Amino acid sequence: MRSTWVTPGGVHPPENKHQSVTMPIGSLPIPEKLLVPLSQHIGAPAKACVKVGTKVLKGQKIADATGAVSVPMHAPTSGTVTAIEDRPIAHSSGMSAPCIEITTDGKDTWIDHEGVADFEHASPQTLTKTIADAGIAGMGGAGFPSAIKLSPGLNRPIDTLIINATECEPYITADDSAIRERAAEIITGIGILSHILGNPVNILIGIEDNKPEAIAALEPHVADTGISVVSFPTKYPSGGEKQLIYILTGKELPGGQLPADAGMVCINIGTTYAIKRAVVDGEPLISRVTTMTGNACGINRNYETLIGTPVSHMLAHSEFNEHACSRLVMGGPMMGLSLTSAEVPIVKTTNCILAPSYSEIPDDEPAQACIRCGMCAEACPASLLPQQLFWYSQAEDHDRLEAHNLFDCIECGACSYVCPSNIPLVQYYRSSKGEILKAREEKVKSDHARERFEFHQQRMEQAEKDKEAKRAARREAAEKAKATVAANAGTEKEGTGPAPGSAADIIAAAQARAAAKQVSPEEQQAKFERSIAGAEMRVQMATDKLAETNAKQTEDQKNILNAALEGAKQKLEQAQARLAEHVKKHSEQVK
Amino acid sequence: MIESIAQQPILAALIAMVGLGILFGALLGYAAEKFKVEGDPIVEQIDELLPQTQCGQCGFPGCKPYAESIASGDAINKCPPGGQSTINAIANLLDVPAPELDAEHGEEADLRTVAYIREDECIGCTKCIQACPVDAILGAAKLMHTVIADECTGCDLCVEPCPVDCIDMLPLTEGLKQWHWPAPQNQLDVIASDRSGFEAPSNEGRAA
Repeated sequence: MRSTWVTPGGVHPPENKHQSVTMPIGSLPIPEKLLVPLSQHIGAPAKACVKVGTKVLKGQKIADATGAVSVPMHAPTSGTVTAIEDRPIAHSSGMSAPCIEITTDGKDTWIDHEGVADFEHASPQTLTKTIADAGIAGMGGAGFPSAIKLSPGLNRPIDTLIINATECEPYITADDSAIRERAAEIITGIGILSHILGNPVNILIGIEDNKPEAIAALEPHVADTGISVVSFPTKYPSGGEKQLIYILTGKELPGGQLPADAGMVCINIGTTYAIKRAVVDGEPLISRVTTMTGNACGINRNYETLIGTPVSHMLAHSEFNEHACSRLVMGGPMMGLSLTSAEVPIVKTTNCILAPSYSEIPDDEPAQACIRCGMCAEACPASLLPQQLFWYSQAEDHDRLEAHNLFDCIECGACSYVCPSNIPLVQYYRSSKGEILKAREEKVKSDHARERFEFHQQRMEQAEKDKEAKRAARREAAEKAKATVAANAGTEKEGTGPAPGSAADIIAAAQARAAAKQVSPEEQQAKFERSIAGAEMRVQMATDKLAETNAKQTEDQKNILNAALEGAKQKLEQAQARLAEHVKKHSEQVK
Repeated sequence: MIESIAQQPILAALIAMVGLGILFGALLGYAAEKFKVEGDPIVEQIDELLPQTQCGQCGFPGCKPYAESIASGDAINKCPPGGQSTINAIANLLDVPAPELDAEHGEEADLRTVAYIREDECIGCTKCIQACPVDAILGAAKLMHTVIADECTGCDLCVEPCPVDCIDMLPLTEGLKQWHWPAPQNQLDVIASDRSGFEAPSNEGRAA
């Protein structure tokens, strides 16, 4: 038996897990419509690669990954794409997001797919690519693309692979029941992960001791595989990545560090199963185990649910009593989010739909003043000071919040749970985190704007300077020219020329310049002839137009055309007169 | 030597003090030269806090000139784009009480805006390009202009010079990416005696 470590803080909420594990994992009839959101993971949303009206088969790719941190989406069943538009999704903001709607045909026809049975002979790169192409993102809740986790890079050798089977949140039993029924496949999945990561020395499955059946199911499969199943006392939140790593290895990850920096990779056990399906069976991630539980439902059990199934479809098959339900929660009671509509779809990270009665989860009590009891600090698994953070959050004192490591808060809700004043502490922290991130972003933007403004200023100054310099240069040149003229005049004075600077002198100079500028008579004649040709053409055109329109056009248009013709004719006459004059002058000059 | 000092203690003390004075004076003078601070650091710090929209609503041609003016004693409440949070930050920095925003210079906008040129109406006069303080408008004479939205600070300065009024200031839409949790509303305004019909929740109920 491996030794385990104990994390600070934590709480023991009633587990309420027994209700949903009495029956094996069930399946739901295929809903009429599936709604696949394009962003079910952390990173860039996928980009639809089908059009409205496209017929799709089960497992066919319907959206491509965009960028490095993203995953593709696949059709959960066969049918027709009937809409690609914004629909309400499960998000705390209640906003809509782009979704692909598939109207199912009920045939559930698979696309051709093939897996790699002997994955041990495939290269880790190929396998990682298979996992990325299967659209697998962490199914524990965060939704981080798994393929990225499995490519830590050469400078970060991995010596520990941790499989997270903790499932510490109350009510949720999706992983528990999956392990009970699919232990062999999960172990194969772990084998694939181990192969990709270069067979790390330690492979640990971390599981809370409240799942004895799951532990018993795993035990026979791990014999002689080097995998250890480590169980530890149940406490919320042991399933947080950092918490689990500490429990299993005693290593504390500094804030901002990834497990890979410490030579560890931590993968959820549901994801491990999906990876096995993707690699060995060639099936992309199109369904997952989701717990349907809560007293407002007659049937509490786990379902193998297609991604995109509306929550209402699940409820309809679980004897749901709308009037008894206090609120719908996606996820667990501690970290889940309340749904505003039952039409939102199940996504890759949805491990539970909770439909509690009023006695299970009553409406929020009004918050009272903080009495500085310090229970939150005792409950905090990250050893933060929730009280201080609460005060600073109210005061919007961002510097102090960061100094008190607000960003190490995992938002587990243990502090809110123990708070005797019912203060929604986590919501304060989330709000402050958002504010701080926004302020950081704005800072970057304003710095950028300042840089651009300063560059703009500098450019304007430079342009002004250049202009000034040009002006100065011109002035100087003019002065120099004047001086030269003066000097020339000075020399001429000795001869017969008029006095320098006299009016006669200037006029003479101007005449000389004009004479030099004058074009030769031949050129001038050519110019006149060209203008005559142009004018003739215009007259011709006007005449043609008039002739063409004479028959059918109205009086007004005819008048306009006539006027145009007159004008053109006049111009022609003028040009001819000018030419005649010029020729006359020229011949006189020649004479 | 020691004898003469002993005989003339006042003179000796005087020489010692003057000597020390000269020594430290020289040291300070050297340090002042060596570690001289270029520019006025307080101006830089104030400029850091201003929103850099360069809109000129404060009456200065840009944020830096306003920062300089604040450093020399101008009011700190003339920046509508920064709003109350900027005023508070500057007040904090300068250790003065934070006044309300001066309504004479404009009101604090709820939403950030960016300029948008209706491109088929643009006649290509380049007037907005010349007005833009951050070079965020692209175009050339007699060719259509367009705003680089990411670079636009929403300062409004391009709207006025446009001869055909084809520039709109559009509010930036808030999508899922920009959204963040709001602070809880109406918290802590309930006192215990107001809670009529209040029943202590059972531990079981709270947990679930």
